[in-house]
Amino acid sequence: MGAYILKRLVSAVPVLLGITVIVFLIMAMIPGDPATAILGSYATPENVEKLNRDLGLDAPLVQRYFIWLGNVIVGDFGRSYSLNRPVLDEILERFSATLILAGVSFVLCAVLGILAGVVSAARQYGLADKAITFAVLIGISVPSFFLGMMMILLFAVNLRWLPVSGMYAIYGGGDLPDLLRHLIMPASALSVVATGVVARLSRSAMLEVLRQDYIRTARAKGVPERRVIMGHALRAAMVSIIPVLGIQAGFVLSGAVYIEMVFQWPGIGRMLVDAILKRDILLVQGGVVFVAACYVLFNIMVDVAQSLLDPRIKT
Amino acid sequence: MTRFLALLVRNRLAAAGGIILFCVLVLTLITPFLPLQDPDVTATANRFLRPFSPGHLLGTDHLGRDLLSRLLWGTRLSLAVGIAAAVLAAVIGSAIGITAGYFGGRTDNIIMRLVDMLMAFPYILLALAIVAALGPGLMNALIAVAAVNIPFFARNIRGITVGLAGQEFVDAARLGGLGHTRIILTELLPNVIPVIVIAMSTTVGWMILETAGLSFLGLGSQPPQADLGSMLGEARSALITSPHTSVIPGLMIFIIVMSINLLGDGVRDALDPRLRSGALSRPRAATLVERQGEIPAASDDLLAIQELETQFHVGQRTYRAVNQVSLSVRPGECLGVIGESGSGKSVTALSVMGLVASPPGVITGGAVRFRGDDLVGMPYEQLRQKRGDRVAYIFQDPLSTLHPLYRTGDQLAEAIRSHHRIDKAQARARAIDLFKAVRIPNAESRIDNYPHEMSGGMRQRVGIAMALANEPDVIIADEPTTALDVTVQAQILTLLDELRRERGLAIIFITHDFGVVGQLCDRVAVMYAGRIIEEGPTGAVLAAPAHPYTKRLIACVPELGEGRRKLAAIPGLPPAVDRLPAGCAFAERCDKAQEACRTGDISLSGTAPRTVRCLFPEEAMP
Ligand code: SF4
Repeated sequence: MGAYILKRLVSAVPVLLGITVIVFLIMAMIPGDPATAILGSYATPENVEKLNRDLGLDAPLVQRYFIWLGNVIVGDFGRSYSLNRPVLDEILERFSATLILAGVSFVLCAVLGILAGVVSAARQYGLADKAITFAVLIGISVPSFFLGMMMILLFAVNLRWLPVSGMYAIYGGGDLPDLLRHLIMPASALSVVATGVVARLSRSAMLEVLRQDYIRTARAKGVPERRVIMGHALRAAMVSIIPVLGIQAGFVLSGAVYIEMVFQWPGIGRMLVDAILKRDILLVQGGVVFVAACYVLFNIMVDVAQSLLDPRIKT
Repeated sequence: MTRFLALLVRNRLAAAGGIILFCVLVLTLITPFLPLQDPDVTATANRFLRPFSPGHLLGTDHLGRDLLSRLLWGTRLSLAVGIAAAVLAAVIGSAIGITAGYFGGRTDNIIMRLVDMLMAFPYILLALAIVAALGPGLMNALIAVAAVNIPFFARNIRGITVGLAGQEFVDAARLGGLGHTRIILTELLPNVIPVIVIAMSTTVGWMILETAGLSFLGLGSQPPQADLGSMLGEARSALITSPHTSVIPGLMIFIIVMSINLLGDGVRDALDPRLRSGALSRPRAATLVERQGEIPAASDDLLAIQELETQFHVGQRTYRAVNQVSLSVRPGECLGVIGESGSGKSVTALSVMGLVASPPGVITGGAVRFRGDDLVGMPYEQLRQKRGDRVAYIFQDPLSTLHPLYRTGDQLAEAIRSHHRIDKAQARARAIDLFKAVRIPNAESRIDNYPHEMSGGMRQRVGIAMALANEPDVIIADEPTTALDVTVQAQILTLLDELRRERGLAIIFITHDFGVVGQLCDRVAVMYAGRIIEEGPTGAVLAAPAHPYTKRLIACVPELGEGRRKLAAIPGLPPAVDRLPAGCAFAERCDKAQEACRTGDISLSGTAPRTVRCLFPEEAMP
């Protein structure tokens, strides 16, 4: 198993390098002088020149890439001009907030989605199946940012059950219950679409598996139906559900950008949007590379989970 | 019937989606000609008017602009941008996909590597990076959303193209001296376009949502121009005081995306033949029972199948797979049931413990009695307790009938623990004993193997061990040796025979092979088109088959135990069981057939145990 993880990590290196190249090239598309773009059009000529020298921006593209890459590898993402602090510090702080939000949403979408899919398949064409199918249809069609706004209206403004926005209360907050209260709405709004997709896929994966001969064998052995569904069938269905969970993790991470805007969540998505509007290129560049790299590593974890589940995968 | 209704509802939903989408499209097309107020004229005195205010049907926004007008113009813009992004992504992505798929080799390799790399991004990061580079703006948001979706198209279209590029008509075009461009445009493209269109229809809703999202973030359309996303984004600050400014554009996005999804689902269902045939319905825990008529009285056999009727109901058709079949076994006896595939022998076997997949299977008549208890009418939990405990099965292909993800020993232990309260260690010890009983070498280590780590013969031994796990009274073996090669087959048969004699098991052995019957069975029943056509002690039937069909079956066996036997040597095919002819089902293939054979039901004649269903049998019945 250790060897397999190592093998996967090694195979991720070219992907990670590719990501840095792509991001670097996209950022190099910025028209005009990069330093002016970073500093904005009000920068003084001296400042521009200094920054050009500091960042090696006067060097040719390829050389610039390797300088930047070298810095990134040792954890130096540069300095954010708009925040006047190291990019990495800001990223780490913001990313942890995103991780809490996206992580909880992901767990929600996986658990609820698979559960809904299993129930739906086990009661195919029954009332529960129809209700779930309908809910899924609504769920995957509603824009998460709109849903979030409506939740604020209902639960925070009208019913006053939950705080409107933010991660912690400004006065007297800061503990775990406070965080959870702030987390409920954004995490559920964020998970709705992914839950729908996972439920849909789990349903069809379960239907596919339930027709297999080994399910008939389990029944012929006298295995109780609950165990046939939750054990034999679900286990086999997980083989096709897990890769989709990996993909959905990417969607949850993406959707977090909107949700963070709606709920004023101090995560990395909001940081990126602010950075784009302020033309803080180094912050954008660093944030994108960092999150993309995390996502690649997450997908390796998904592959490892898959190989643990399915002994037929050669490790 | 319920399945049919579900399909209908589905299609209705799809139609509803189509109609809504059509209405929205028409509305946006005629927007410039409607008597609307200018969407960008501000009137701060009229800020935040509620819906149904005079002059403003949907009210006004934070600058006093008419919301109805802004909604329609915004919808127009959102749809246009979303569709444009979809077309852009489809065109570029497909071009890349076709190129990669057609040229193959290194071109393909490099392109697909790049595509994989782009797919390694959570999509929004890439979109944000592009917008960051190009600057906020609707056009740039469009480019970003299109770019992010290019890999999806490239990958899908490449897959299709690879399949097409290897086909004869492409080779022919190449040999005919056509250039690459010509081949791609005239031979490949027309075949790929339907796939592109489907892929587009499934992603366009998504892209509308994404561009709206970028606008919502303030990275798309810039004021005063507004699409639905930026309307929602601007309304956010007034969410609490004037919720209608948010609700209106938000609902519109929802309606558009939902109608596109509905339509897309309908299209996909219509194109997926598996769904249409109903093959994707899951079998329930036990076969559906809808018995009509009398339930036969109990007998004192160990297991008795009595006038059993099992049918498959598919749409309007009824397949009579098992038609009035009666069979029985005593302890220690081996009964062979022989027939071609489709004769109903397997369905008969599966009906015993309610294992016929339903839908579509339904038991419509008769009974199956185990020690006098009717298994067919039994409540599920009672039936389950007998499954594998009193009556156990051995199935044909152990690679597909064993669970691929559980260790074989665990599957065996589970069979025991489903019926007996014993702890894991005991179950494991018992599993090792069972492995030894079916002569699996190194049982202690073998029980930790997964099915794919074993040979076919070993897997079938596991299947047999599993059937033996609870020391059942009856084992139903459904072609247990068909998937195995001849020597392994012989070993398995010997094993079964020994086990039967040691343990006094009753075995019902389903096969298409008279050679196997001769080796193992005391009695044999021959099935054809869902009915039993002859029954008797194995020796008597083999020596003097009475039914013309049985006679031919036996004639096909060259010499018992010698090489492969061909059953298919009888000319013609059995009739389809949804269109059974009147009279003898074998008449079409029988050279003794007479007029009388084709009229009316022919009953079994003779006295048990020797019976035949033929008007002109080869041998006189006692
Ligand atoms: S009943 Fe007639 S057609 Fe049927 S098998 Fe006998 S002889 Fe042939």
